[in-house]
Formats: sequence, structure tokens, C-alpha cells
Amino acid sequence: MIETRGLTKTFKDKKRGEIRAVDNVSFVCKPGEIYGLLGANGAGKTTTLRLLATILEPTDGTAIVCGYDVVEAPEKVRANVGFLSTATALYPRLTSQEMVEYFGRLNGLDEATLKKRVDDIFTRLDMNSFRDRRCDKLSTGMKQKTSIARTLVHDPPVMIFDEPTLGLDIMTARTIVGFIRECRQRGKTVIFSTHVMSEVEKLCDIIGIIQSGKLLAEGSLAALRSRYSENDLEEIFVKVVAPHYAGQEAN
Amino acid sequence: MNLRNIGIVYRKELREALRDRRTLISSLLVPLLLFPLLTAGIGAAFSALIGKAKEEVPAVMILGGDDSPGILAELRGSGKIKIVPTTQNWKDAVINKEIRAAIEIPAGFQDDVAHEKSATLLIHNYEGDVKSSIATGNIQKGLEKYRDRIVHDNLAAKNLPETAFKPFEIKEHNVAPPEKVGGAAFGGVIGYMVILLCLTGSMYPAMDLTAGEKERGTMETILSSPIARVDLVFGKFFLVLTTALVTAALSVTSMGVSFAVLGHLHAFDTAGADAAQLQLHIGIYTVLSIFIMVLPVAVLFSAGVMTVSLFAKSYKEAQSYVSPLMFIVIIPAVAAMLPIDLTAKLALVPILNASLLCKELVTGTYHWNFIAIIFFSTCVYAAAALFLAVKMFQREDVLFRS
Ligand SMILES: Nc1ncnc2c1ncn2[C@@H]1O[C@H](COP(=O)(O)OP(=O)(O)OP(=O)(O)O)[C@@H](O)[C@H]1O
Ligand SMILES: [Mg+2]
Repeated sequence: MIETRGLTKTFKDKKRGEIRAVDNVSFVCKPGEIYGLLGANGAGKTTTLRLLATILEPTDGTAIVCGYDVVEAPEKVRANVGFLSTATALYPRLTSQEMVEYFGRLNGLDEATLKKRVDDIFTRLDMNSFRDRRCDKLSTGMKQKTSIARTLVHDPPVMIFDEPTLGLDIMTARTIVGFIRECRQRGKTVIFSTHVMSEVEKLCDIIGIIQSGKLLAEGSLAALRSRYSENDLEEIFVKVVAPHYAGQEAN
Repeated sequence: MNLRNIGIVYRKELREALRDRRTLISSLLVPLLLFPLLTAGIGAAFSALIGKAKEEVPAVMILGGDDSPGILAELRGSGKIKIVPTTQNWKDAVINKEIRAAIEIPAGFQDDVAHEKSATLLIHNYEGDVKSSIATGNIQKGLEKYRDRIVHDNLAAKNLPETAFKPFEIKEHNVAPPEKVGGAAFGGVIGYMVILLCLTGSMYPAMDLTAGEKERGTMETILSSPIARVDLVFGKFFLVLTTALVTAALSVTSMGVSFAVLGHLHAFDTAGADAAQLQLHIGIYTVLSIFIMVLPVAVLFSAGVMTVSLFAKSYKEAQSYVSPLMFIVIIPAVAAMLPIDLTAKLALVPILNASLLCKELVTGTYHWNFIAIIFFSTCVYAAAALFLAVKMFQREDVLFRS
């Protein structure tokens, strides 16, 4: 369960002045649901997800993840979250298995549980062929699988993915999409960001359109279609974002 | 603070460090090989140069002296110089190092000496040239013997005792314990080396574990795990500290072994003897006490370099921040090699105090009040640096600088 309440994050930038990367965002994402955060470049997707993963601290407002407040109990929140983004790389000098084990230990797993968990995940994600290969020698797809194994090792109830299919080929991307679906089946709370419309159409139970840090529209695909009397998600997105997009350019 | 988590981070960083060629080279290989190579290289060069220079019988010209057969015979009879035929351009011959020196005997020298009138012999040489100064020394020794013989004969002829010329002798006697003699020469260098190598040993891993982690994009990965940032900093810090101490320990060991070997070989007599003496008297307790004193310095460096390089976005950028730090450290460390004595005020100056103390420890001097001041003041500085490093890891604008 994720619930954000007036979540706000501002950055101070010497050239651009104060940037409201996330501006008073409130939404709810329930277990067994996939929440899709849709937005253009610089819309504030990554910042929102980083706030949820407690990598950044909100300037204002807060979020409750699995019953823990991101400001008051960030370590408890992180123990309940699997976070994967384009900026979460692997340690190049560790092997795939060592990488996953390291995060298992940091999450407090004892050695017996860790071994069972690692064996299970490596088999499930079909990763046994490269378990002992160093991360800097892995292909992009193998790296992504290792990253996913890393987020899964402590079996967190909440999964946060920031553009999980970025830079992947169709086959690997499909594996990832399948995996996100599986998370929903297991009753996990899933939130992910993207600007690929087709992924959102296929996966999301609820879609949030974000621009200039503001959550401009929210609802299921069907609800959005009827509200904006458009069938195509891309057209809906443009309709929602266009007025604010021009404003941002002027900034 | 959670010791289990600090241990997990430490073990992982250690594993990565052991797999990193750059870390292995900078903190294991360099300190192990530096001193043997340095001493062997310098020793070999010295003994080759000096040995050869001593073997060579220097060629010398004699200017004048046709009316002084006594001194001519004395010079010719010396096996220490080789008299070559005099030429017109003897000066150029000295300058071009064809001959090592020229001895000028004034006209009527033998007569003047016989009549007890003062006379001067002039040795034309090439100042600063080792071979020329060896030749000058050989000539002087030969001539002094000749002069002593004349004095002896003159005194005998006048029925005067030898003491009329030399009423008393002057001699030196050293009362300093032998380790102080050896230590005075090397103490400053050792303290300086240990401190400097501590810094170089901590530099690479400190940058790799902070800026390097940002550069490789793993900072966000590790921050997304439930570990507290304090534990993360401590795990990393202990690894950096380990490398610093291992580097320092290896270099001291390798330095000791090199000196010992050198002392046994007696590659070049004076330095060799000093080294042997030094080696004999730097006991295990001295080494231990140096290490205890260096410990807070190593903590200071490790935390300091980590704090500074955390600002950087890449390893390269970190290097440009850390290099000036090297100068700040070198200045007080070098100053400790000057003849400065430890005072209560100097005991508060970081790095300088530890280098000065190392110098004293090596010479067997234990000023317990200074030791206490230095140890605790450095501990305070180190704690401050560590605190700053932790604070730095909690700052978003440092971790996510764009
Ligand atoms: N650490 C930071 N310091 C200053 N400004 C930042 C920082 N991180 C993000 N921003 C700014 O905040 C805004 C939102 O950025 P964010 O990365 O959240 O966008 P995004 O939706 O993820 O974009 P993209 O699709 O390009 O990944 C941008 O204007 C960005 O420049
Ligand atoms: Mg982004």
C-alpha cells in the first residue's frame, strides 16, 4: 500500500532557481494493483519514485508506504520496498549471485533463508547460467535480471520501478513486463513510471499523468477514455499535458 | 549504529577491493616494492660510482718544482696518484676532466722549506667533482705525511720534543646511545614516510568508494537498501582505514628489511653502517608505538579524503580535489624533518605533531605528556572528520549533485 499526501519536492538550482520537481502530489496505490506514472522528460517521475523509496526526503507533505511514514521511518520503508531505476547500477566487481546476496544480507536475511531465496529467484528468472559471472561482464538483459533479483531478494510487498524497460530489446522488455504482472498476481503493490504508452495500456490498473511535478489526471484507462472522449492513450496524454507543457517551455 | 550491517558493507567492499587491480597495486605492490627498489637502486648506484672513483688512480700534473727534487720524489713515489707529463693547457685538462688536479710548486720551494720560510703549495682542482676531490684528498694526505716528516726532522735537529709542536690533542667521544645516533638520521624520514604512505594508501579506495560509486551509478542502488547511512559510511570508512594501515605497515616492514639487507651488505660504508645501526635499534615496541600514534592520523586521512571525494561526481574529479590535500599533508610532514623540537603548541598541530613524535619515538625518547596531547588531539580531529563524512552522506545535494 502506498499513499502520498501533498508530496512536494523542490530543488535549488543556481541557474534555474527553485525547481518544483514534485508539486503537491496525492494518490493511493493498493496491493494487487499496478499504478502507472506517465509523464514527459523532466515531468518529475523519477523524483516522485525516489521520494517513495526514501532516497530523497520530501520538502513538504509525506507518503505512507506499508504503514510507515517516509519521513519518520525511512529505513522501515526501504525494508518493505524493492526499488529499481535506470540509475540503480550493479557493482561491477561482484558476481551476479554476490550482488543479490549482498542486498539479501543488508535486508537482514539469515544465511539459510538467503540461500533458499537466492536459489529460488535464480531458477525462476532463469539466471543460473551466469550466477558466477561478474556484473561488468553481463549483457544488458542479464544485468536487468540481476537488478530485479536484487529488488526481489527480501520479498518486499511494494515494488517501485522507474522506466524498467528503458534500453532493453523487445524480448527482454517482454520478460520484464511479464514479471511486473506476476508481482501483481502475488498481491504486491506496484508503481512504475514510463513514457511508453503501450506498456501503460497493457499493464496499468490506474494511470497517473504527471507534468511539471503536478498530478494532472488520474484514473483507470477506461475512466480516462470516457472523461476525455478519446480512445487512444497518446491523444489523452497530449490533451492533458499540452497546456502545462507550453508553460514549462516558457520557464 | 548496527555492527552487523557495518560488517556486511566492510566485507563486500573488501571483496571488491581485492578484485581491483588499481587498489592492489597502489596499496600492496607499491609499498612492498618501493623501498627495496629505492635502496637497491641508490645503493648500487652509489657503490658503483664511489667504488669506481676510488679504484681509479687519478692523473695529476705537476707545475714547476724543477728546483725542488725532494717533493717531486715524494709525489712520484706515491701510489695514490699518477703523474702525467705537464702540458701548457693544464687548466683546460682539469676542466675537461682529462686530469683530476694540478699541483703548483712555487720556485725555490725546497730552499724556503729548508730555511723555515713559509711556502704554499697550490692544488688546482674542479670543485664539486667527486673524482677531483678524491684526487685532492690523496695529494693532501701524501703531502701532509711529507710535512710531518720535515717537522719531525726539524724538531729532532733542534733537540725539541714532539709535544713542542703539538702540546695537546683534541678527540671526540660520543655518549648518546647508539639508537639516538641512528635515529637522528632516519627518525624524521620514517615518521614522514609512514604518514605519507598512510595518505597514499587511503586515497585510492576513499575515492573509489565514494566518487567511484557515484560514477558507476551504484550509489542509488545502495541507498535504496534499508541500511542506515551511518552504517554505510562506517563500513566504507573501515575499509579505507584498513588499506591505509596495511599500506603503512607494509612499507615500514619493507623499509626495515631493505635497510637490514643493505646494512649486511655494507654496500656503501657510512650509510650502510647507519642503516644497520638503525635496524638494530628500532625494536618491535618502537614500531608498535609508531603504529598506535599513526592510527588516529590514518583515521583523520581516511575520513578526510572520503569527505572531500564524496563531493565529486567522478573518480577524475575526486582526484583533482584530493591532490591539493596531498600538499597540505606534505608540508607539515616535511617540516618534521627539519631540526624542530616538539613543544606543547606544536603538539596540537595535526600531522606535524605526529611526524615529530615519530621522530622522537624512533630515537627512543618518550615524552608521555606530549604523547597524550598528540594522541587525544588527533583523535578529536579524526572524530570531527568522521562526523563530517557521515553528515556529508546525509546531504542530498552532495549525493545527487547535478
Ligand atoms: N538532484 C537534482 N537537483 C536539481 N534538480 C533536479 C535534481 N533531480 C531532478 N531535478 C529536476 O527536477 C525535475 C524533474 O526531474 P525528474 O528526474 O524527476 O524527471 P523525470 O520525469 O524522471 O524525467 P525523465 O523522463 O527525463 O527521466 C527536472 O526539471 C530535473 O531537472
Ligand atoms: Mg526519470
